[in-house]
Amino acid sequence: MKAKVYVTLKKGVLDPQGKAVMGALKTMSFDEVRDVRIGKFMELEIDGASKEKEEARIKDMCERLLANTVIENYRIEIE
Amino acid sequence: MKFGIVVFPGSNCDHDCYHVVKHVFNKDAGYVWHKDTSLKGYDCVILPGGFSYGDYLRTGAIASASPVMNEVVSFAKKGGLVLGICNGFQILTEAGLLPGALMRNRGLKFICAHVPVRVDNNATPFTARYGKNEVVDMPIAHADGNYFADVDTIKKLEDSGRIAFRYSTPGGTATDDANPNGALLNIAGITNERGNVLGMMPHPERASETALGSIGGRGVFESIISALS
Repeated sequence: MKAKVYVTLKKGVLDPQGKAVMGALKTMSFDEVRDVRIGKFMELEIDGASKEKEEARIKDMCERLLANTVIENYRIEIE
Repeated sequence: MKFGIVVFPGSNCDHDCYHVVKHVFNKDAGYVWHKDTSLKGYDCVILPGGFSYGDYLRTGAIASASPVMNEVVSFAKKGGLVLGICNGFQILTEAGLLPGALMRNRGLKFICAHVPVRVDNNATPFTARYGKNEVVDMPIAHADGNYFADVDTIKKLEDSGRIAFRYSTPGGTATDDANPNGALLNIAGITNERGNVLGMMPHPERASETALGSIGGRGVFESIISALS
Protein backbone atom coordinates (compact mmCIF):
# COMPACT_ATOMS: atom_id res chain seq x y z
CA MET A 1 0.00 0.00 0.00
CA LYS A 2 0.99 3.59 -0.36
CA ALA A 3 0.98 6.16 2.41
CA LYS A 4 1.15 9.89 2.01
CA VAL A 5 2.50 11.94 4.88
CA TYR A 6 2.05 15.71 5.05
CA VAL A 7 4.23 17.56 7.54
CA THR A 8 3.41 21.19 8.24
CA LEU A 9 4.63 23.79 10.68
CA LYS A 10 2.42 24.32 13.70
CA LYS A 11 0.37 27.46 13.95
CA GLY A 12 2.37 30.19 15.62
CA VAL A 13 5.72 28.80 14.51
CA LEU A 14 7.46 31.37 12.34
CA ASP A 15 8.09 30.24 8.76
CA PRO A 16 10.68 32.61 7.27
CA GLN A 17 10.85 30.50 4.11
CA GLY A 18 7.11 30.87 3.58
CA LYS A 19 7.41 34.61 4.22
CA ALA A 20 10.17 34.89 1.58
CA VAL A 21 8.06 32.99 -0.95
CA MET A 22 5.09 35.23 -0.18
CA GLY A 23 7.32 38.26 -0.76
CA ALA A 24 8.32 36.89 -4.16
CA LEU A 25 4.69 36.20 -5.11
CA LYS A 26 3.80 39.78 -4.17
CA THR A 27 6.68 41.01 -6.34
CA MET A 28 5.10 39.02 -9.16
CA SER A 29 1.82 40.88 -8.57
CA PHE A 30 -0.01 37.98 -6.92
CA ASP A 31 -1.36 40.45 -4.41
CA GLU A 32 -4.18 38.21 -3.24
CA VAL A 33 -1.76 35.92 -1.38
CA ARG A 34 -2.17 36.54 2.34
CA ASP A 35 0.16 33.92 3.75
CA VAL A 36 2.40 31.06 2.64
CA ARG A 37 3.41 28.14 4.83
CA ILE A 38 5.89 25.61 3.53
CA GLY A 39 5.75 21.99 4.55
CA LYS A 40 6.90 18.56 3.44
CA PHE A 41 5.18 15.81 1.53
CA MET A 42 6.40 12.23 1.72
CA GLU A 43 5.28 9.10 -0.10
CA LEU A 44 5.90 5.78 1.56
CA GLU A 45 5.54 2.41 -0.16
CA ILE A 46 4.52 -0.01 2.57
CA ASP A 47 4.48 -3.80 2.71
CA GLY A 48 1.57 -4.44 5.02
CA ALA A 49 -1.73 -6.25 4.95
CA SER A 50 -3.76 -4.35 7.49
CA LYS A 51 -4.52 -0.70 6.92
CA GLU A 52 -5.34 -0.12 10.59
CA LYS A 53 -2.13 -1.72 11.78
CA GLU A 54 -0.04 0.24 9.29
CA GLU A 55 -1.74 3.48 10.19
CA ALA A 56 -0.63 3.03 13.78
CA ARG A 57 2.90 2.23 12.65
CA ILE A 58 3.09 5.24 10.32
CA LYS A 59 1.86 7.41 13.18
CA ASP A 60 4.74 6.03 15.22
CA MET A 61 7.14 6.83 12.33
CA CYS A 62 5.83 10.41 12.28
CA GLU A 63 6.15 10.83 16.04
CA ARG A 64 9.65 9.40 16.14
CA LEU A 65 11.26 10.59 12.91
CA LEU A 66 9.21 11.99 10.03
CA ALA A 67 7.93 15.00 11.96
CA ASN A 68 9.31 16.99 14.87
CA THR A 69 6.22 17.43 16.99
CA VAL A 70 7.79 20.35 18.85
CA ILE A 71 7.29 22.48 15.75
CA GLU A 72 5.38 20.37 13.24
CA ASN A 73 2.00 18.70 12.71
CA TYR A 74 1.49 15.72 10.45
CA ARG A 75 -1.35 14.15 8.52
CA ILE A 76 -1.43 10.63 7.10
CA GLU A 77 -3.35 9.34 4.09
CA ILE A 78 -3.30 5.66 3.19
CA GLU A 79 -4.28 4.46 -0.29
CA MET B 1 39.84 11.05 31.64
CA LYS B 2 38.82 10.31 28.08
CA PHE B 3 36.69 12.28 25.62
CA GLY B 4 34.68 10.44 22.96
CA ILE B 5 33.92 12.39 19.82
CA VAL B 6 31.05 10.92 17.84
CA VAL B 7 31.47 10.87 14.08
CA PHE B 8 28.36 10.83 11.92
CA PRO B 9 28.45 10.83 8.12
CA GLY B 10 28.74 14.55 7.44
CA SER B 11 30.25 15.63 10.76
CA ASN B 12 32.95 18.19 10.00
CA CYS B 13 34.02 19.59 13.37
CA ASP B 14 35.02 16.20 14.77
CA HIS B 15 38.70 16.75 14.05
CA ASP B 16 38.59 20.26 15.54
CA CYS B 17 37.15 18.88 18.78
CA TYR B 18 39.70 16.06 18.83
CA HIS B 19 42.52 18.54 18.22
CA VAL B 20 41.45 20.87 21.00
CA VAL B 21 40.98 18.09 23.57
CA LYS B 22 44.12 16.20 22.61
CA HIS B 23 46.61 18.89 21.61
CA VAL B 24 45.42 22.05 23.34
CA PHE B 25 44.35 20.48 26.63
CA ASN B 26 46.47 17.29 26.48
CA LYS B 27 43.61 14.97 27.37
CA ASP B 28 42.90 11.57 25.95
CA ALA B 29 40.41 11.55 23.09
CA GLY B 30 38.98 9.02 20.67
CA TYR B 31 36.53 8.92 17.80
CA VAL B 32 33.29 7.01 18.18
CA TRP B 33 31.67 5.85 14.93
CA HIS B 34 27.92 6.43 14.62
CA LYS B 35 27.36 2.68 14.29
CA ASP B 36 29.25 1.85 17.49
CA THR B 37 27.20 0.41 20.29
CA SER B 38 29.44 1.11 23.26
CA LEU B 39 30.78 4.20 24.99
CA LYS B 40 32.78 2.19 27.49
CA GLY B 41 35.83 4.03 28.76
CA TYR B 42 34.62 7.52 27.91
CA ASP B 43 33.97 10.18 30.54
CA CYS B 44 32.63 12.89 28.27
CA VAL B 45 30.93 12.51 24.91
CA ILE B 46 31.01 15.29 22.34
CA LEU B 47 28.56 15.46 19.44
CA PRO B 48 30.44 17.73 17.03
CA GLY B 49 29.21 20.23 14.48
CA GLY B 50 28.69 19.52 10.82
CA PHE B 51 25.98 18.44 8.47
CA SER B 52 25.14 14.91 9.56
CA TYR B 53 23.31 13.08 6.77
CA GLY B 54 23.37 16.24 4.68
CA ASP B 55 20.76 17.85 6.96
CA TYR B 56 18.18 15.64 5.21
CA LEU B 57 14.64 15.74 6.60
CA ARG B 58 15.59 18.11 9.46
CA THR B 59 18.99 19.00 10.87
CA GLY B 60 20.07 16.26 13.25
CA ALA B 61 16.94 14.14 12.68
CA ILE B 62 18.52 11.16 10.98
CA ALA B 63 21.64 11.19 13.16
CA SER B 64 19.40 11.06 16.23
CA ALA B 65 18.19 7.66 15.05
CA SER B 66 21.68 6.17 14.59
CA PRO B 67 22.80 3.21 16.74
CA VAL B 68 25.28 5.19 18.86
CA MET B 69 22.54 7.52 20.05
CA ASN B 70 20.96 4.76 22.17
CA GLU B 71 24.30 4.62 23.99
CA VAL B 72 24.50 8.39 24.26
CA VAL B 73 21.02 8.44 25.82
CA SER B 74 21.95 5.78 28.42
CA PHE B 75 25.31 7.50 29.02
CA ALA B 76 23.45 10.75 29.75
CA LYS B 77 20.89 8.97 31.94
CA LYS B 78 23.77 7.63 34.03
CA GLY B 79 25.02 11.19 34.52
CA GLY B 80 27.81 11.18 31.93
CA LEU B 81 28.73 14.57 30.47
CA VAL B 82 27.39 15.11 26.95
CA LEU B 83 28.27 18.22 24.95
CA GLY B 84 26.51 18.91 21.66
CA ILE B 85 27.94 21.68 19.54
CA CYS B 86 25.97 23.18 16.64
CA ASN B 87 24.76 20.13 14.67
CA GLY B 88 25.41 18.23 17.93
CA PHE B 89 22.89 20.51 19.68
CA GLN B 90 20.38 19.84 16.89
CA ILE B 91 20.92 16.09 17.29
CA LEU B 92 20.40 16.33 21.08
CA THR B 93 17.03 18.05 20.63
CA GLU B 94 15.98 15.55 17.98
CA ALA B 95 17.01 12.69 20.28
CA GLY B 96 14.92 14.15 23.07
CA LEU B 97 17.88 14.71 25.41
CA LEU B 98 17.19 18.44 25.28
CA PRO B 99 13.83 20.16 24.80
CA GLY B 100 12.83 22.41 21.88
CA ALA B 101 14.02 22.55 18.29
CA LEU B 102 16.53 24.48 16.20
CA MET B 103 14.74 26.10 13.29
CA ARG B 104 15.93 27.95 10.20
CA ASN B 105 17.55 31.31 11.05
CA ARG B 106 15.00 34.08 10.85
CA GLY B 107 17.04 35.80 8.11
CA LEU B 108 17.17 32.50 6.16
CA LYS B 109 20.91 32.86 5.71
CA PHE B 110 23.75 30.69 6.86
CA ILE B 111 25.59 32.85 9.39
CA CYS B 112 29.32 32.51 9.95
CA ALA B 113 30.49 35.15 12.42
CA HIS B 114 32.12 35.78 15.74
CA VAL B 115 29.45 36.84 18.23
CA PRO B 116 29.43 37.89 21.87
CA VAL B 117 27.92 35.16 24.04
CA ARG B 118 26.89 35.70 27.66
CA VAL B 119 27.31 32.97 30.25
CA ASP B 120 23.94 32.99 32.02
CA ASN B 121 24.59 30.03 34.24
CA ASN B 122 28.10 29.32 35.43
CA ALA B 123 26.98 26.62 37.85
CA THR B 124 27.13 23.76 35.34
CA PRO B 125 29.96 21.28 34.66
CA PHE B 126 30.39 23.00 31.29
CA THR B 127 30.57 26.61 32.43
CA ALA B 128 32.00 26.66 35.95
CA ARG B 129 35.24 28.23 34.78
CA TYR B 130 33.42 31.30 33.48
CA GLY B 131 32.21 34.21 35.56
CA LYS B 132 28.48 34.71 36.00
CA ASN B 133 27.24 36.87 33.09
CA GLU B 134 30.73 36.93 31.61
CA VAL B 135 30.62 37.79 27.91
CA VAL B 136 32.92 35.79 25.67
CA ASP B 137 33.61 35.74 21.96
CA MET B 138 32.78 32.56 20.06
CA PRO B 139 32.04 31.90 16.40
CA ILE B 140 28.71 30.64 15.14
CA ALA B 141 28.34 28.87 11.79
CA HIS B 142 24.84 27.64 11.10
CA ALA B 143 21.68 28.01 9.05
CA ASP B 144 19.42 26.43 11.65
CA GLY B 145 20.13 27.94 15.05
CA ASN B 146 16.83 29.62 15.76
CA TYR B 147 15.93 28.02 19.08
CA PHE B 148 12.23 27.38 19.55
CA ALA B 149 10.20 25.75 22.28
CA ASP B 150 6.66 26.21 23.58
CA VAL B 151 5.97 28.93 26.15
CA ASP B 152 5.88 26.52 29.12
CA THR B 153 9.22 24.96 28.18
CA ILE B 154 10.87 28.35 27.73
CA LYS B 155 9.59 29.46 31.12
CA LYS B 156 10.81 26.27 32.74
CA LEU B 157 14.26 26.68 31.16
CA GLU B 158 14.50 30.26 32.32
CA ASP B 159 13.19 29.67 35.85
CA SER B 160 15.49 26.74 36.49
CA GLY B 161 18.65 28.37 35.15
CA ARG B 162 18.93 25.96 32.27
CA ILE B 163 19.80 28.69 29.77
CA ALA B 164 23.57 28.40 29.85
CA PHE B 165 24.42 30.85 27.06
CA ARG B 166 22.65 33.77 25.40
CA TYR B 167 23.58 35.99 22.48
CA SER B 168 24.18 39.46 23.87
CA THR B 169 25.80 42.78 23.19
CA PRO B 170 29.50 42.98 24.09
CA GLY B 171 28.29 44.74 27.25
CA GLY B 172 26.16 41.75 28.20
CA THR B 173 22.60 42.77 27.30
CA ALA B 174 20.52 40.23 25.44
CA THR B 175 18.91 42.57 22.92
CA ASP B 176 17.14 41.66 19.70
CA ASP B 177 19.89 43.38 17.72
CA ALA B 178 22.40 41.04 19.33
CA ASN B 179 20.31 38.02 18.34
CA PRO B 180 21.80 36.64 15.11
CA ASN B 181 19.21 33.98 14.31
CA GLY B 182 15.92 34.77 16.03
CA ALA B 183 16.34 32.28 18.88
CA LEU B 184 13.74 32.75 21.62
CA LEU B 185 15.17 34.73 24.55
CA ASN B 186 18.46 34.93 22.60
CA ILE B 187 19.14 31.32 23.62
CA ALA B 188 22.53 30.08 22.43
CA GLY B 189 22.86 27.07 24.73
CA ILE B 190 20.78 25.06 27.22
CA THR B 191 21.28 22.19 29.62
CA ASN B 192 19.02 19.30 30.55
CA GLU B 193 17.33 19.20 33.94
CA ARG B 194 20.14 17.29 35.60
CA GLY B 195 22.75 19.64 34.12
CA ASN B 196 24.94 16.96 32.55
CA VAL B 197 23.90 17.57 28.93
CA LEU B 198 24.69 20.86 27.21
CA GLY B 199 23.71 21.86 23.70
CA MET B 200 25.11 25.06 22.23
CA MET B 201 25.16 26.66 18.79
CA PRO B 202 28.46 28.62 19.20
CA HIS B 203 31.67 26.68 18.58
CA PRO B 204 33.93 26.60 21.65
CA GLU B 205 36.38 24.33 19.80
CA ARG B 206 36.97 27.09 17.25
CA ALA B 207 37.71 29.57 20.02
CA SER B 208 40.26 27.77 22.15
CA GLU B 209 43.53 29.02 20.68
CA THR B 210 44.80 32.57 20.27
CA ALA B 211 45.97 31.66 16.77
CA LEU B 212 42.33 31.31 15.77
CA GLY B 213 41.39 34.77 16.99
CA SER B 214 39.53 34.00 20.19
CA ILE B 215 39.90 31.93 23.34
CA GLY B 216 36.34 32.52 24.51
CA GLY B 217 35.50 28.84 24.18
CA ARG B 218 38.32 27.50 26.34
CA GLY B 219 36.18 27.82 29.45
CA VAL B 220 33.86 25.07 28.22
CA PHE B 221 36.69 22.54 27.97
CA GLU B 222 38.40 23.77 31.14
CA SER B 223 35.12 23.43 33.03
CA ILE B 224 34.56 19.86 31.78
CA ILE B 225 38.14 18.87 32.62
CA SER B 226 37.81 20.37 36.07
CA ALA B 227 34.45 18.61 36.61
CA LEU B 228 35.99 15.27 35.63
CA SER B 229 39.18 15.70 37.64
